[in-house]
Amino acid sequence: MSAMSSNWDRRSIFKAAAGLAAAGALTACGGNNGRGGGSGSGKNLNQYFHAYGEPGVEQAVKKYASAYKDANVGTQWITSNDYETKLFAALLTSNAPDVFEFHPQIQMVKSGQVADLSDIINPVKDDFNPADIASHTYEGKIYGVRMIDDPQFFFYRKSMLEKANVEVPTTLEELIEAAAKLTTSKVKGLFLGNDLHAIEAPLIWSAGAEPLNAKNEIAYHTDEVAAGLGQLRKLFTSGHLLLDAPADYWDPSAITQGLCAIQFCGMWAMPAMQKALGDDLGIFPFPKVGSKGKLSVYNGGWSMFVNAKGKNVEAAKEYVKWLWIDQKKYQEDFATSYGFHIPPRKSIAASADKLKSGLPAEGAKLFTDYGHFDNISWTQAMWSALDSVISDSVRKGGSPEAALDKADKTINRELKKLFG
Amino acid sequence: MSTTTTRGVARPAPAKASPARPRRGLRGNPTFNFWLFTGPFLIGLVIFVFVPIGWSIWLSFFEARFTVTPSHFIGFDNYKQMLTNSDFTGSLLTFTVFAAFIVPTTWALSLGLALLVHRLRFMRAFFRSVFFIPTACSYVAAALIWKMSIFNGVRFGLANTIIGWFGVENIAWVSNPSPPWYWLVILTVRLWLQSGFYMILFIAALQNIPAELYEAASIDGAKPGWQTFRFITLPQLRATSTAVILLLLIAAYQAFDEFFNIIGNKATWGQTPLMVLYKTAIGSGQDYGAGSAGAVILTVLICLVTLLQGKIMGFGRGEETK
Repeated sequence: MSAMSSNWDRRSIFKAAAGLAAAGALTACGGNNGRGGGSGSGKNLNQYFHAYGEPGVEQAVKKYASAYKDANVGTQWITSNDYETKLFAALLTSNAPDVFEFHPQIQMVKSGQVADLSDIINPVKDDFNPADIASHTYEGKIYGVRMIDDPQFFFYRKSMLEKANVEVPTTLEELIEAAAKLTTSKVKGLFLGNDLHAIEAPLIWSAGAEPLNAKNEIAYHTDEVAAGLGQLRKLFTSGHLLLDAPADYWDPSAITQGLCAIQFCGMWAMPAMQKALGDDLGIFPFPKVGSKGKLSVYNGGWSMFVNAKGKNVEAAKEYVKWLWIDQKKYQEDFATSYGFHIPPRKSIAASADKLKSGLPAEGAKLFTDYGHFDNISWTQAMWSALDSVISDSVRKGGSPEAALDKADKTINRELKKLFG
Repeated sequence: MSTTTTRGVARPAPAKASPARPRRGLRGNPTFNFWLFTGPFLIGLVIFVFVPIGWSIWLSFFEARFTVTPSHFIGFDNYKQMLTNSDFTGSLLTFTVFAAFIVPTTWALSLGLALLVHRLRFMRAFFRSVFFIPTACSYVAAALIWKMSIFNGVRFGLANTIIGWFGVENIAWVSNPSPPWYWLVILTVRLWLQSGFYMILFIAALQNIPAELYEAASIDGAKPGWQTFRFITLPQLRATSTAVILLLLIAAYQAFDEFFNIIGNKATWGQTPLMVLYKTAIGSGQDYGAGSAGAVILTVLICLVTLLQGKIMGFGRGEETK
């Protein structure tokens, strides 16, 4: 070292220091990118997950990743409420994830953000729920591997309905009536989430409409949907709806803490609810809206995508194939050990014993009988337009027709950009 | 060690040359010192402020969806879209209502606190700290506390518990926009967070008012209290008040954190300009062109308002008025 020091004059020390400072400032921005330290063999991959609410999921995801030997897989666990914002922004940068979970949305295909995964899915295509394949397919290519399907429906406290002498609602009128009868000084009848956005799609399906028709034109704007929005407005102002709860609809707290008698939630929260409430728990689909109404369940869920602009597309595809196609043990673990999810693979659904009896089996039946899957043509901007419909008409009390007209304008602009 | 070798090869001279150079060579050189101390900040400023501003202006003339390196030039279309976008123009209205309320209220509250603390004879440092501490709290953390524990809609929320003592029904403070209780939540959190900081500015200004002025005033017969305040203290605080109002106005324009966390992006009311831009560019819209156009419009507006305010209130003319 002493020999070296003679080569260091003051200016080069300053230069080095300034260089280090600048480099430090720059790397600090990209430091938390979830990549592993570089030990082990092969390439580094980075994956994005939204924060699942159930305990143990984060550890499980990291456990699967560390079991993969052909690359170092780092995990970014995104805890913010708007996972999509963080994801979309990250995808434009050089720190973009190589693989990420999201929902099938066409704008990601059109803008070249997601890689074609047909070659890894096609060999096992028949083992997947056909609806899950269809919702990820655009022009014959499959763009994502479905990891889990998440049916969303109502959970209710059997004892409370019995006490208030309320039947399980099958129409929106009955649901509103039930909410009124179930409301006491301590308990609100119904919880639909704090901003009600979770029920916007079920409302459309239950009113006998669809978000878009087969030609990718607006199909949600019907008189029945508008009437349904009007009914929801009455519910919103009735005082029977739980609002501004500390946790939102996706969290089981509202029903388990006795804040409400009926809660809209997803099957993922079923284990936590069962643990807290035991047998005092039932489920039912979104009730019929209007005369043409049908019962409906939103089969949401999450899928794995590969960033087509990433540095290691092939390695990323290999990893997705390894974990979400080959490792059935992990897939079953992911679907049934933490929250409950319906496995999109028929073979795994057949072996998942936890979903075969009791309430989970009822949930699986609602999934099959009344389920509606994502439409790949329905983008995040269109979801956002529907959020505004709920805000304008139900929460703010504006005319449903005007709110739907406003959404039409936004969504038509989107559709025009996507399909010309 | 390999780096040492390459260095040696590349620059063999310095080892011999440095002893010959006068010792004060670098340290005494003001130009070098200037760059040494401002350089790191300047680099940061260029990378994180000037480049993004330039990039944003460039983007605003392009069709830039799902990309920040667009190729399709569309002129002023993005500007047209933003100016006809009712969400964006509505957000400017939201901001105006917000600013019209929060700026004078914060000004009055921080001035009031400063006067109170300034007059204290004991425990002054304690109260100064107590009022200043909220400034150190993050907007996000405070907003979540306000939303989830103080103003949540369930019966055990703090606000609902208190109104419950008087027999008032539970209120959904944030979810239900009519009546607009959400303003109470938003305004109180910002008042709590900001007042302490501006109070410190006012205390500093109060300490700078020469005591002779008050003596002279009392000799001339000014009554202590309102008269002295109105004719001595307030005029003497003019420069500080102008600066505080300007800072408050800019802070109001930039409002984002508490609105985003309390009201959220799914509502159609209470959206500030920055929230609309965030949603347009980074959020579900992914339209960086339109978002940038909105940012440029907003920047121009802020500049205009600042200049106008300077003209009316004489910002920077504090010395002349004394």
